[in-house]
Amino acid sequence: MLRPFKIIAAIAALALAGPLAAQDGEPQAGGTLNVVIQPEPPGLMLGIVQNGPTQMVAGDIYESLLRYDFDLKPEGQLAESWEISEDGKTYTFKLRDGVTFHDGEPFTSEDVKFTMDVFLRETNPRTRTYMDRVESIDTPDDLTVVFNLKEPFGPFIGIFEQGTAPMIPKHIYEGTDFVNNPANNTPIGTGPFKFDEWVKGSYIHLVKNEDYYMEGKPYVDEVYYHVIPDAASRAVAYETGKVDVLPGGSVENFDVPRIRELENTCITDQGWEYFGPLSWIWINMNNKPLDDVKVRQAMMHALDRNFAKDALWNGLGKVATGPLSSSTRFYAGDTPDIGYDPEKAKALLEDSSYNGETIRLLGLPYGETWQRWAEAVKQNLTEIGMTVELVPSDVAGWNQKVADRDFDLAFTYLYQYGDPALGVSRTYMSTNAEPGSPWNNVSNYQNPETDKMFDEAALMANPDDRVAAYKKIQDQIVSDVPNLWLLELGFPTIYRCNIKNPVNSALGVNDGFRDVWIDKN
Amino acid sequence: MKDFWKRFRYNRGAVIGLVILALVIVTAIAAPFLFPQSPWKMVQRPFLPPFTDDALWLGTDALGRDVLSGLAHGAYVSLLVGLVSTIVALAIGVPVGALAGYFVGRTDDILMRFTEFFQTIPSFALAIVLLAIFQPSLTYVIIAIAIVSWPPVARLVRGEVLSLRTREFVEAATLQGLGNTQIILRHVLPNALPSIIVLASLMVAQAILLESSLSFLGLGDPNIMSWGYMIGAARTVIRTAWWLSFLPGMAILLTVLALNLIGEGLNDALNPRLTRKSE
Repeated sequence: MLRPFKIIAAIAALALAGPLAAQDGEPQAGGTLNVVIQPEPPGLMLGIVQNGPTQMVAGDIYESLLRYDFDLKPEGQLAESWEISEDGKTYTFKLRDGVTFHDGEPFTSEDVKFTMDVFLRETNPRTRTYMDRVESIDTPDDLTVVFNLKEPFGPFIGIFEQGTAPMIPKHIYEGTDFVNNPANNTPIGTGPFKFDEWVKGSYIHLVKNEDYYMEGKPYVDEVYYHVIPDAASRAVAYETGKVDVLPGGSVENFDVPRIRELENTCITDQGWEYFGPLSWIWINMNNKPLDDVKVRQAMMHALDRNFAKDALWNGLGKVATGPLSSSTRFYAGDTPDIGYDPEKAKALLEDSSYNGETIRLLGLPYGETWQRWAEAVKQNLTEIGMTVELVPSDVAGWNQKVADRDFDLAFTYLYQYGDPALGVSRTYMSTNAEPGSPWNNVSNYQNPETDKMFDEAALMANPDDRVAAYKKIQDQIVSDVPNLWLLELGFPTIYRCNIKNPVNSALGVNDGFRDVWIDKN
Repeated sequence: MKDFWKRFRYNRGAVIGLVILALVIVTAIAAPFLFPQSPWKMVQRPFLPPFTDDALWLGTDALGRDVLSGLAHGAYVSLLVGLVSTIVALAIGVPVGALAGYFVGRTDDILMRFTEFFQTIPSFALAIVLLAIFQPSLTYVIIAIAIVSWPPVARLVRGEVLSLRTREFVEAATLQGLGNTQIILRHVLPNALPSIIVLASLMVAQAILLESSLSFLGLGDPNIMSWGYMIGAARTVIRTAWWLSFLPGMAILLTVLALNLIGEGLNDALNPRLTRKSE
């Protein structure tokens, strides 16, 4: 049973390692990696805190059963192999032998069961909704875990990344108050790096896990995550050589072209495929005349999104074609056209129930780029004859206004987690439209037909059936225009070219610097 | 009046200031005719440097908007905020100061402690707090500036009134049987007017600066193109497009300088005995 999987894994490893090795030469061991972390994370216990910066740092400390390549295909991490039963209801994972936690205790199937069934159910609401689909978890032996699902749930194989399912040591946490456990300050995982020191406001220091189960890895000796609160100072820190890696969003967009021209500087757009951050403008359909589909279509065609991409994002990212990001599974590119066409927009508006009402546009308070973007959208809408007023706010005010539905149009961007059932349906299901949350179906899009299709598509065991189902869903949603889709955001990672392999999975720098090495020549 | 103009003219700086201010006022009034399109309209590619396009003398900003049009429309906003908030501040400060100075005693105590309450809070911090409480719209920006700038007026007027109320012409008016209101309005305040006018000219400059600082911090009305907004928006690109913050910065500098020069000239003209350059 084990053997064929081992061979396949070995071949896969060879296939992956081959081209990289040819490009970059032999990995060299040693060296220190200096990375920017922005903002400073509130904590590093990944099972409890899920902020972006936490995921980035703790992704080196914790691991999950799987990781995902740029096409979102699962690869083994703590699981050596896995099997999905014919009916799509049983997931069997074989764990790696000889894996230990940073404190020396062995990692076994009991830890997996404790993590998924007890710990994360209590601390991670997103994981809890996935685990609600699980009937039971069996651990026939130390290295085998079986998830028995109540009904088939295709996206289940996509939840085993360390942000959603970090493996947590049972022997430390069982029977304790998880959230207040003092062990949260000294996180213990199975990952390639161990937590060493955190000087608040200055840096987080991780050191190499000498007992890591992958031969020769990790290559670098230590990782420093530097906390630098100001974007301009972060750029300077890179220029002066204090840091070598600028994860996506570390510097202002307009600074990216300047920095990428610096000597020995490489840049990659990869590493965001799993999150697929997609930006859009919520349309509050509770308010007239936004309940009129013609008004919404007019607004959609009024937006010059290519301009926004070039002027505000320096050409990074892609113009969105609908509710799915192009890196998300089951993305269909051939949905109805929603491109820039001011003449069509004017004609649609002329035909609609819009009568000069003032539309309140709430920008996203995340800095200059978003503020300019709101101004550009306002101007686009003004040019087809609408009256738009910008509403200023801070982050807390934005959360409040969006949760209370106190807006007409509001900017946002959300992650898609690789699968429409994990990160897209939540935005469009009528059952998820209760006011009070800024992250659910804020537009109050009500379409029983797409509701039904979403429910069915999530349960289909056969991926081909899902392709067809999601194509229909996308066509329907795009013609209803419940949101004004803007861009698939590009958050490029900038690094020195002699740092090899900093982004090697769909989770980018979050996925740990397991495979990173520094070329000293 | 002739004397006034003669004395004002004697201060060359004041005349220069007057010319600059006149230019700014003409620009502000003419902006809607010179640049009928909205200053928010994206007309060309972003970050066009000055003097590269015949139609866009001062180039474009981060979204390809005409900088010159922004400056012209911004002039109107700056002057409007400066004038209106000064008038509002005078409307609060003058009565408070006049009452405190004229009636002295307990009235003075109450009004001055109230004034000091506002004076002890740094005015800029107070303005920020006020705008954080209100929605940052043009009306509230003006109100916030007025609220933080009236205390100096009250103190100045109180001082003037305190010294005027013991003069003989006030005693004469009292003997004539005039009421307090009459005396304050017809005899005391007109004599305090020169100082108030000088202060007001400086307050307009102060208000323009305050509005710019607030917009710079993103606390201005986001629907209105103002000089402070232009600098605030350009701040982060100063290394790649310095002119975007430099040009509106110069506009603010010149306008505020002009108002200060005029203030000095007014002081020379209205308070001839106090001036340094008195004949």
